[in-house]
Amino acid sequence: MSTQVSVVKTKTAGKPKSSKIVLLLVLPGIFYLGLFFITPFASLITTSLQAPVLGGGIGVYQPGLEFGNYAFVVGEYLDQIIRSFVYATFATLLALVISYPIAYFIGVKARNKPVLQSLLLTLVIAPFFISFLLRTFAWKQVFGQNSLISNFLRDFGLMADDQFLLGTPLVVIFGLTYNFIPFMTLPLYTNLERLDTALLEAGSDLYAKPSSTFWKVTFPLSIPGITSGTLLTFIPIAGDYVTASGNFLGSPNTSMLGNVIEANFITIQDFPSASALSVLLMAAIVVLVSVYIRRTGTEDLL
Amino acid sequence: MATEFVARGADLELVGIRKEFPGFVAIDNLDLHIPAGEFFALLGPSGCGKTTTLRLVAGLDSPTQGKILIGNKDVTSTKPHERPVNTVFQNYALFPHMSVLENVAFGLRQRKVGDPLPKATEALKLVELEHLAQRRPTQLSGGQQQRVALARALVNRPSLLLLDEPLGALDLKLRRQMQVELKAIQMEVGLTFLHVTHDQEEAMDMADTVAVMNKGRIEQMGAPEALYERPKTIFVSKFLGQSNIFVGEVSETSGDSLSISVAGRQIKVPTSRAEKTTGKIAIGVRPEKAFFHEDAEPAANAGLNVVGPGEIIDIRFTGVSNQYLIEIPNLGEITVFAQNIGKSPVTELGAKVWVSWKVEHSFGLSDLPEAKPAGN
Repeated sequence: MSTQVSVVKTKTAGKPKSSKIVLLLVLPGIFYLGLFFITPFASLITTSLQAPVLGGGIGVYQPGLEFGNYAFVVGEYLDQIIRSFVYATFATLLALVISYPIAYFIGVKARNKPVLQSLLLTLVIAPFFISFLLRTFAWKQVFGQNSLISNFLRDFGLMADDQFLLGTPLVVIFGLTYNFIPFMTLPLYTNLERLDTALLEAGSDLYAKPSSTFWKVTFPLSIPGITSGTLLTFIPIAGDYVTASGNFLGSPNTSMLGNVIEANFITIQDFPSASALSVLLMAAIVVLVSVYIRRTGTEDLL
Repeated sequence: MATEFVARGADLELVGIRKEFPGFVAIDNLDLHIPAGEFFALLGPSGCGKTTTLRLVAGLDSPTQGKILIGNKDVTSTKPHERPVNTVFQNYALFPHMSVLENVAFGLRQRKVGDPLPKATEALKLVELEHLAQRRPTQLSGGQQQRVALARALVNRPSLLLLDEPLGALDLKLRRQMQVELKAIQMEVGLTFLHVTHDQEEAMDMADTVAVMNKGRIEQMGAPEALYERPKTIFVSKFLGQSNIFVGEVSETSGDSLSISVAGRQIKVPTSRAEKTTGKIAIGVRPEKAFFHEDAEPAANAGLNVVGPGEIIDIRFTGVSNQYLIEIPNLGEITVFAQNIGKSPVTELGAKVWVSWKVEHSFGLSDLPEAKPAGN
């Protein structure tokens, strides 16, 4: 970001005329952000500080500075807050472990076979051709009480008759991983596609076993891809409200932050609590992401 | 400092190597022996199989047939990381995420050699880059990166050091400078160097032995001087420097020389410098060994070949010498280099000249040039 700004500055320094054009080009973006990001964000913050009207009905609130709302939601929904981040962490790690070999194969091994490469890339994004809701719903059938998998597990005595697959953390994490895995695979692929294989040859030439070459050369060079991949999966997973909901793969025991926010906004109509949770989720993600990016040394992503 | 690196190199032996890629044969039945401690250059045009040979020795590719021995040990089926060989790659292949020092220490760390960093620093001193040890490779110039790559390979004291056109990416001046340094380092460390290049000057300047490779085979091998003075094939005579070639039937064999008849002239070559002594043969001479005469045909002389008269059709000034292209009817074009010593023959385009050279400078080749397409 900062480098781009400086480039613009140096370029415009000599030609004052072009700065107007730059402004003109930037204006629609600023307008869009102002309207669709800043406005709802401000509204969200003010709503999160609203206070109930004495004697008012459900969903009636007045403007206020009720900071207690935040303390209340943390106390009330601590389980779901923690669960959101735990699930997101597991699902992200799982997506990374599954995606890395796929991305490596497409980006490095299939590099000289363009047909195979495009075919595999298409397969990675093919799930997007079908609606996200439909796919999650399809998984609900797959894991349902009378599905092949459930019957199989019961036949082999791995699951009792009164046990369910749906609604367990395992199935929810599986669903989250499945839904967001392309967001991990694609950035990893873009990174590994540029990996200079001469470096791998240099590694083996310098007495490194294939495994050491991977950990000393390939892996460190792919960290920017891993970082963007984990961010693109972790952030949406932490706020996801479909997969873990009781209508899909989850149950009340697997509720995540997104489900609670949804319930507060739509069912309970406790707008201040829903807003406070949203703001907290946002703040937590910003903090986590900045710490993470600093740790992985990929500040230029910000 | 040097004592740190004095480890004798090992012999390299290639026996009956053949390498096929889908659709073509890169190397065909190659036998090669490089004695320990030698600076050996594999010279050839791109696509001749020289880089493939190097990759086979490094273990990055495996031969379809044949054996590779390093220090009398068969390494044909060993993995690259198990071979006592290090490579300086064409584009250096330095690890961009490590400092220069860590790059150099990489091989030592992998082999769990004690004190990797002090040893890496020593190697950087050898290439005079210890002051840049903490930099990243991308912050260095091409010449500096080349020296880091060299240090990274040398620090492991391999039995055999492979250099894959390591100077190709450098500009001419830096390249000449690095040639001198590379040769000095090789003398100092005494390792076996196998250097692959398409630059004939580079090969002749640095190597003890040069092998000229063409179409997957070694055409000729020997000391640079011997190769230059006595090329044995058309390809070698044209690839290593330039040559004027004359083709004709052997018409006379007298004592220690034989002659062919071309355009009404007898062109002689010492029998000892001819690969073939009967039938249709090709005789060549280097452009710098030929002279031209403007005023009159030089007197006939048993030790002199004379052709002409012809016409000067092109003159090129290259600084060190003037290059004249002379067209002789029924004979073709002859190139003559005249050294620029202030009194080089001042001659204009179109001047009528004769060309002469000493019989002892002729060389007879084993093959004939490919027929030129008409009108070329």
